[in-house]
Amino acid sequence: MTTVHEPSQAKITEFEDNDQKPVGFGRMLRKEDARLLRGRGRFVDDVQLPGMLHLAILRSPFAHATIVSIDTSAAEASPGVKAVVTGETLKGLGLAWMPTLSNDVQAVLATDKVRFQGQEVAFVVAEDRYKARDALELIDVEYDVLDPVVDVRKALEPDAPIIRTDLEGKTNNHVFDWETGDEAETDAVFARADVIVKEDIVYPRVHPAPMETCGSVADFDPVEGKLKLWSTTQAPHAHRTLYAIVAGLPEHKIQVIAPDIGGGFGNKVPIYPGYVLSIVGSIVTGKPVKWMEDRSENLISTGFARDYIMRAEIAATAEGKILGIRTNVLADHGAFNGTAAPVKYPAGFFGVFTGSYDLEAAHCKMTAVYTNKAPGGVAYACSFRITEAVYLVERIVDALAYELAMDPAELRLKNFIQPEQFPYATKTGWVYDSGDYEPTMRLAMEMAGYDELRKEQAEKRARGELMGIGISFFTEAVGAGPRKDMDILGLGMADGCELRIHPTGKAVVRLSVKTQGQGHETTFAQIIAEELGIPPDDIDVVHGDTDNTPFGLGTYGSRSTPVSGAAAALVARKVRDKAKLIASAMLEVSVADIDWVKGSFQVKGDPGKAVTIQEIAFKAHGAGDLPEGIEGGLEAQICYNPSNLTYPHGAYICVVDIDPGTAEVKVRRFIAVDDCGTRINPMIIEGQVHGGLTDGVGMALMEMISFDEDGNCLGASLMDYLIPTALEVPDWETGFTVTPSPHHPIGAKGIGESATVGSPPAIVNAVVDALKPFGIRHADMPLTPSRVWDAMRGQATPPI
Amino acid sequence: MQVTMTVNGTEYTREIEGRMLLVHFLRDVLSLTGTHWGCDTSNCGVCVVWLDGEPVKSCTVLAAMAGGHEVRTVEGLANGAELDPIQEGFRQCHGLQCGFCTPGMLMTCRALLDKNPDPTEGEIREAISGQICRCTGYSSIIRSVRWAAVHESDAKEAEVAQA
Repeated sequence: MTTVHEPSQAKITEFEDNDQKPVGFGRMLRKEDARLLRGRGRFVDDVQLPGMLHLAILRSPFAHATIVSIDTSAAEASPGVKAVVTGETLKGLGLAWMPTLSNDVQAVLATDKVRFQGQEVAFVVAEDRYKARDALELIDVEYDVLDPVVDVRKALEPDAPIIRTDLEGKTNNHVFDWETGDEAETDAVFARADVIVKEDIVYPRVHPAPMETCGSVADFDPVEGKLKLWSTTQAPHAHRTLYAIVAGLPEHKIQVIAPDIGGGFGNKVPIYPGYVLSIVGSIVTGKPVKWMEDRSENLISTGFARDYIMRAEIAATAEGKILGIRTNVLADHGAFNGTAAPVKYPAGFFGVFTGSYDLEAAHCKMTAVYTNKAPGGVAYACSFRITEAVYLVERIVDALAYELAMDPAELRLKNFIQPEQFPYATKTGWVYDSGDYEPTMRLAMEMAGYDELRKEQAEKRARGELMGIGISFFTEAVGAGPRKDMDILGLGMADGCELRIHPTGKAVVRLSVKTQGQGHETTFAQIIAEELGIPPDDIDVVHGDTDNTPFGLGTYGSRSTPVSGAAAALVARKVRDKAKLIASAMLEVSVADIDWVKGSFQVKGDPGKAVTIQEIAFKAHGAGDLPEGIEGGLEAQICYNPSNLTYPHGAYICVVDIDPGTAEVKVRRFIAVDDCGTRINPMIIEGQVHGGLTDGVGMALMEMISFDEDGNCLGASLMDYLIPTALEVPDWETGFTVTPSPHHPIGAKGIGESATVGSPPAIVNAVVDALKPFGIRHADMPLTPSRVWDAMRGQATPPI
Repeated sequence: MQVTMTVNGTEYTREIEGRMLLVHFLRDVLSLTGTHWGCDTSNCGVCVVWLDGEPVKSCTVLAAMAGGHEVRTVEGLANGAELDPIQEGFRQCHGLQCGFCTPGMLMTCRALLDKNPDPTEGEIREAISGQICRCTGYSSIIRSVRWAAVHESDAKEAEVAQA
């Protein structure tokens, strides 16, 4: 365990150390930036093919309605239109429905009825984007409007309209019931508790809204029978397999290419009807077809996040020892169950709601329901629902601190799982691999100047000013996952990696994961560099192309470094093992007599006698004999199956000021101390944290996808769905501790989602702390001025 | 209709529909795909280009309105192999992740530095407040602009010293 304080980047005025040119881990400028800075990135919408046509989708204006008839004749006659396709056409081809990544089905184009506003009803393929859109206006659809199910609390009432009439025998809107922990044990600890605190906590529906919307370009070659699909996907291999299943095309005849991706955050994990429609469009017209959704389509129809209504209860002794937590959750899954969580985990990893605390018992009961809203659920850097879990526990722990009149930092410190308890089995069946929480918490408090902040707060309170200090401490569970437990549609969550050293000692590494901005081209070159001593600039990283990379499940749930990063380290070690045999022959000593010193093998006790990895590579490909039994070439391939998830943790402290006259919340400071084990590139890690913290400000204070009573989406543009700009966020203050993962080859843990998971509770806790003089113990996100204003007047209401 | 405009110093004349947006003209007609499209409502700013030296959101400018004017895009920033200082600042300070908002950010920040060579943190935040970045949390963008400001000022001082 080492503890290091890292000052905030923006405050540094010395720029000289930006690029430390490491041959391995360390701060290194990104390889991918050269093209992105010059406008030479290649995003899906940049793909232009000869003869390419454009596809536009007609979407339902209603949340729930029967389709009576569709007349496409005027659209077909519109100038430049090449094809108009409805659900009836797809039905004839057996393509009207497709499987979701959660063992449900979703309509590709609606045939019987529409189930959410924005659902796909028909599509047009035309010569350009404008003509395709013109023709949409000419499609005449007659709807018979039905009562929508908008309020999730009413979805299971006996007289609620049934949404999924397509599912045989379905007589209600129930998706699943799920339970974890031990109810009887939990009831028993609650029965002997001195204090029980209960809160109803809502995590509203939000949307990842990456700056690049979703889209695809399909190019089907009828002669070769080969489909090339450029697509905004975080998981090209999983998508290819699913297309093979849906479209009946043989898998080896499908090439999925994920070029540069303009942000994902989980929004680009599911398969959307639009992707499938572009394939249909290309098959029907015999031309390449591009589909690129607009911003409203992205916000109203693609993978949303959260939408959990949680009743949380915590039991403790009068001294503040937490005994147990229980919760009852109502989960809104929208019209189709499209959560993309591992099959055995319908509620994702929500089971880690016991957080970072050593409890005696815990229990959760969850009911998931269908509503007339867009499908989704697992997105927005949520680590498979850990965002909801961490928010629940960190909010209810703060409510307990309020009741006990205890400092929230002290209450947390008193209840942390201790370092000697790791690996720690939680009461809900998770095994935390490693952690050392107190130093992380203490570092955050030291960086914040916690005691001084409390003094300042007391003085301000005395003057009637509203200042709040919020703490959150989280444990993440990332790197899905062990294939014995985790699969998506039967595909084990392992990742392949392939490494080839060229004769001159340069290398190419091929990954199954795919960056959407996380910097894989740099990080993975650094992992290989660390293991082989080849400079990162000499290593090409190939990813995002199923024809040219090994199979694996892709990038989401912070799994790239925990799973694929492990694969990269191990494939390099495999190459090194072979290189050692060749080196021993080159040096004419036994294998036992040589040592690996990064970049070369040396004869023990005679460092002057050595061969570099580059020399070995040339020998491996060169003339002359190799040792007996050694094949020529220097390359290897592996498939890595993680033995457990990795468990990063962090301590966040947020300071807010609230204007008593306008109820506007200003985030004055935010201190984030993260522990993601071994750090590969500190610059990239810090960037991941900064982005997640900004998401947190959005969710806590601004963002919400809401609906009116008719099921109209009220967050359908970036004028209505507010995302933080540079004016809403402070200058981030970051620090770190290092507790390596014991089972990961390089000790690294995922960092991509830590800040998105950890920051919302810190901000909400700060706002609620600021409102303490009003006797407030809880207020729901988003804490907009009007909602804070209501809370100050004792009129806080849940947002849904 | 016919439209003629200068883009990154080259004059182009093309036959277009009157309703065509400047962003689509640049991307689809001239194949200058460095400028991106992101929202339709002028909220996100990934489409920012210069029109006669002023940053504009090209998703809400008709190509026809740019007729007879000078447009500069991200492709016109670098001088051959040499990056503009603002591009180098973004590279040095991790001012980009996915790179989708980057072209718009670069154009706005270049315009800021041309008007105000030594902007404060607050001035930089204000300047980019019409643009959204979902990845960086903005601190590294602010630092990138400061990097460019410091290095441009150093370069000017060196020039003066040499003269």
